[in-house]
Amino acid sequence: MIQFMNVTIRAGQFALENISLEIPSGCYAVLMGQTGQGKTTILETICGLRGVTSGRILIGGVDMTDWSPSDRGIGYVPQDLALFTTMTVKEHLAFALQLRKQPQAFIRNRTDELANLLGIAPLMDRRIKNLSGGERQRVAIGRALSFHPNVLLLDEPFSALDRSTRKEMYSLVQQLKQTIGVTTIHVTHNEEDAETLADRFYTIDHGKLRITEIKERTLISG
Amino acid sequence: MAVETVRGPSGNASQPRRRSDVWFFVAMGALSSCFVVLIIAMLVADLLFTSFADFKAAILKPEIRFAFTLTVASCTAAAILSLLVATPLGYVLSRYRFPGRGIIDVLVDIPIVLPPLVIGLSLLILFHFPINGWTLENWLRDDVGFGVTYRWPAVVLAQFSVACAFAVRTMRVTFDQIDPRGEDVARTLGCSRAQAFWIVALPQASRGMIAAATVAWARSLGEFGPILVFAGATRMRTEVLSTTVFLELSAGELSAAVAVSLIMVAIAGVVLVLLRLLNGGPAA
Repeated sequence: MIQFMNVTIRAGQFALENISLEIPSGCYAVLMGQTGQGKTTILETICGLRGVTSGRILIGGVDMTDWSPSDRGIGYVPQDLALFTTMTVKEHLAFALQLRKQPQAFIRNRTDELANLLGIAPLMDRRIKNLSGGERQRVAIGRALSFHPNVLLLDEPFSALDRSTRKEMYSLVQQLKQTIGVTTIHVTHNEEDAETLADRFYTIDHGKLRITEIKERTLISG
Repeated sequence: MAVETVRGPSGNASQPRRRSDVWFFVAMGALSSCFVVLIIAMLVADLLFTSFADFKAAILKPEIRFAFTLTVASCTAAAILSLLVATPLGYVLSRYRFPGRGIIDVLVDIPIVLPPLVIGLSLLILFHFPINGWTLENWLRDDVGFGVTYRWPAVVLAQFSVACAFAVRTMRVTFDQIDPRGEDVARTLGCSRAQAFWIVALPQASRGMIAAATVAWARSLGEFGPILVFAGATRMRTEVLSTTVFLELSAGELSAAVAVSLIMVAIAGVVLVLLRLLNGGPAA
């Protein structure tokens, strides 16, 4: 569960005031809004890359407002993916597990499992520059899921993909929803993303900079 | 060749005409070649001025052999030290905003702007500035057992003081060009800031580090003023090749000075090519 309790975020002239929301465990929430409304800022705040001016953020009932990003256990896929140019696909999938000093056999099993789930098994020894947009997207999602995060944050994950690859990614994400069921916030300005994937659907209002829940569907769990 | 359809005053299309880019390339080539030709001309003049016998005499001289060894060793030491300092400093200046950052940014550039001789003089004053009878040089020599001034460490320190400033600039630009988002995401995956720097940023900066080491090494090779002031020009003790040129010239040995200059050109060429090969780029 993700809870925002009267959170205010200010950065220069930009401000999001007094946001309160609650996303239940296992929910796939889609957050929409015009460019510059602060969608990415909200994701960065949840994963700890940006501090709050006031208010509290709770993940799984634990107040993580002042926690370091490394301690929060949140999988983050930024819009630009931020893949590591010096690493192979396999190294991306093993990255978080090696940091957690998991046994080699466990890492091998987990990376194989993710590679099969994401359909990137034949690409494991390739470097990032040799991958297509859709393949990179899958690697970024796999890297974020590798350590079984409490929460998954996706920032415009399909914005750079063509229509057919986008359809493939919808199928993949729906499959992930069914198999993993991790609480997810998916930021997008594409209504099709929301229509296809959302359990809950939020927008940031123009000018008011607050979040309104406008639609709810059946939750997968929680 | 660009093909353009020319329209008359009435707007009707007339005969297409072909335009040439030849003059563009002639002008650019002529202006660009001025510098390249100047360098080649200087080297050719040096080569024609000296002879194989001069080279042989220079290479066989024990003082020049010592200077050659000290030059290679001190330049390498100064380049390694510069890289050790420039990498974290360049990273901090590139990634963080903190009070005093602007001042540090200016301070780092001072050795680039100042005449090198002033750097040597400042080092000399720093090591011999008395505070209640205590000086840094006396403390290092008497208590630590590692005197600096007019010894080989002074050569390395004089080279480092200037070379490091250039290495910091190079590393700063290197980290500016690496997207910090990778380090941000690494932190969400479980990295501390130190791990994000070590595992994610540093491997991406490898080419920049080689470039910084190259700049520092080359700059150290050409250093003369601060070495003369801070380390002196004592034969078989603090003499590097740049001081050899000065000493030979002072003694009226123009041929030897030119021969040593060409040896320096050869060393610089070998090191630059090796570093470029290491960098994965074309050697020529």
